[in-house]
Amino acid sequence: MAAWPAVVAAREHAHTVVASPAAPLETLDADTAAEIEALAAQIIPSTGGPGAREAGVIYFIDRALSTFAAGDRAAYRTGMAEVQAKRKHLFPQSTTVASLTGAQQMTLIRAIETSNFFELLRTHTVLGFLGNPSYGGNRGEVGWKQIGFDHRMMYQPPFGYYDAQIAQETAAPNSGDRK
Amino acid sequence: MTGVTFPTTETVDFLVIGAGAAGGVVAKELAVAGFRVVVLEQGPYLRERDYSHDEIKYTFEPGLTNDPKIQPVTYRRSEADRAAPVKAIEYGRQVGGGSVHFTANYWRFHESDFHERSLFGEVAGADLRDWPIAYADLEPYYTKAEYELGISGLAGANPFDAPRSKPYPLPPMPVKSSGVLFDRATKKLGLHPFPAPVAILSQPYQGRGACVNCGFCESFGCEMRAKSSTLVTVIPLAEKTGRCEIRPDCYVRKIETDGAGRATGAVYFDRSRREIFQRAKAVFVCANGVETPKLLLMSKSRRFPEGLANSSGLVGTHLMWDNGAEAQGLFEHPLNEYKGIQVTRLIHDYYAADPKRGFYGGGGIDARFDFYPAGFALHGLPPEAPKWGSEYKTMFETYFNRTMLLMSHTTSLAQAKNTITLDPEVKDACGLPAVRVTFDYHPDDLATMKWMLARQVEILEAAGAQRIWSQPFDLADNMPSRHLMGTCRMGTDPAASVVNAHSRTHDVPNLFLVDGSNFVTAARQQPTATIQALAYRAADYATQAAKRGDLS
Repeated sequence: MAAWPAVVAAREHAHTVVASPAAPLETLDADTAAEIEALAAQIIPSTGGPGAREAGVIYFIDRALSTFAAGDRAAYRTGMAEVQAKRKHLFPQSTTVASLTGAQQMTLIRAIETSNFFELLRTHTVLGFLGNPSYGGNRGEVGWKQIGFDHRMMYQPPFGYYDAQIAQETAAPNSGDRK
Repeated sequence: MTGVTFPTTETVDFLVIGAGAAGGVVAKELAVAGFRVVVLEQGPYLRERDYSHDEIKYTFEPGLTNDPKIQPVTYRRSEADRAAPVKAIEYGRQVGGGSVHFTANYWRFHESDFHERSLFGEVAGADLRDWPIAYADLEPYYTKAEYELGISGLAGANPFDAPRSKPYPLPPMPVKSSGVLFDRATKKLGLHPFPAPVAILSQPYQGRGACVNCGFCESFGCEMRAKSSTLVTVIPLAEKTGRCEIRPDCYVRKIETDGAGRATGAVYFDRSRREIFQRAKAVFVCANGVETPKLLLMSKSRRFPEGLANSSGLVGTHLMWDNGAEAQGLFEHPLNEYKGIQVTRLIHDYYAADPKRGFYGGGGIDARFDFYPAGFALHGLPPEAPKWGSEYKTMFETYFNRTMLLMSHTTSLAQAKNTITLDPEVKDACGLPAVRVTFDYHPDDLATMKWMLARQVEILEAAGAQRIWSQPFDLADNMPSRHLMGTCRMGTDPAASVVNAHSRTHDVPNLFLVDGSNFVTAARQQPTATIQALAYRAADYATQAAKRGDLS
């Protein structure tokens, strides 16, 4: 049962999703949320640092579906139904996306990666990872930290390596002799 | 807000429709000249406290631009096709208009831009014409715009620039790493890089503070009031006269005329969708290259059955597009391009059309980075990069701070078949017809973009990029067009143009149109400086005409 740890993790997580009073789900039920989160966690995995799961992407998606992306609810319903159908076809013994092994989840995504729904889910996952934390995702700015985006209201030059070189040349004592 | 409030029953001197890059300038000029002015703006009146660094709100959602949910736009490639809802065009929709959220590039036209037909000759399948004015006619107004609004740049740095009567009022902005790499590479290739002229303050100016390099210019409103939008420059001056009322959330549906064929004012929907008629002695439409022709086409009457000021049949035709190509490069060390304004260096070496290339066209190339975090992860990586998974994640994480973009801004040929019309079926939230865009490239537009893209790649190679890529090259990738030009073209012949050399319509003596719709050619994009110079000039002319009693 290679999938067992994943099942436990998913269930535990689904439980946290339901139980956490700080961030209740507003749109999705806990089971659907766990399924969507399993996909999001393959789109931006937690390898080499926090991924979609740690950034709280599922909370972003949940809130988006009752706010600016409310028009996408139907697309999620039909899209997830197609994902489940595809899962049953590929892995007849399985019960949920969340309980598949990582390798199985990747196989499943490869089977749907050209669909409009996957592009929508990918877009929302990225927005939930790198968008403004006020939308419920990018918790603790983990997405921004991962890419090296140090969000502040002001910066002083030099900004990067190459303009710093110029600044150094200009500041050098004999710079007046330079051509 | 310090402006006056006029009762809607009062006949004001001037009604200005659209409070954007042009409308703000016109309102200020007319109010300062002593006229009573009402400005109708379809969008809200926002302030710097209303803005934020919210990428989702301003780049994925239409935070400061036209919202297709309220005002659908339909698009078709040719007249033979059926138009489908697509956000093919985009414009700023608030007091200040596009000058609020634009990248703030502020290029003057070159002298050649005004008479390219004479220089280059006819282009098959296009309607390339000379402007009825020359650069020298606009030069004083370019200078006035630069000084009243606050433009940063370095006079004389671009050897291809037209003569200027004065230097820029402010020195250039600090160079970014993209600018340094671009400088080195273009000099190595024998080209002539120069600091970007921008409508952003490099130093305190006229009571506003200098830019703090936060990086959120393109698509965002400036919280620091350092971007020289009309909202923070001329509109406050207009209001201060006590003779100008800015009326936001007012969506004009028709310009009315009297039996003599003169404009009498406009009917608009207010915030609660009540219909109101505002009377005026003269009308300026500054609603942009799409909304201006749309309003004229909606303003049909027995006297003007094809729409107002449309005896030529040219209103809405010759739409020109925001053409250009993008190439990106990955570098060894961090550029941290998210800091600072988007563009700090560019070249105009390939600006002039050269018959030796075998096609009409040219452009400027700038070094920039106009991605924000999520947009970069979604659209900034090489097209062949993985779209999900750990390799995808590693890529956007390691590329974000080491990438720059070279963007070319290129010609768009005027073609009569590229149009703004009223969609016969789709309606907006107020029940008015949706804008229907019909547009396709001229073959020379495409040839120019492809040729320019090859130059961009050469520069990235000379800059030492470790990896170079470009985005797929298709019309769908150049949507929405943000530069809306050519739909009420300027000319001396009333049968071949909509407005005269002073932006006054040939058909209606007290009706002026000034915005991108006036453009006879698209130059090399970056239309804002020219839109504003035309606005200053048209307001000057209208002031003289009104004082002579020529408008009332």
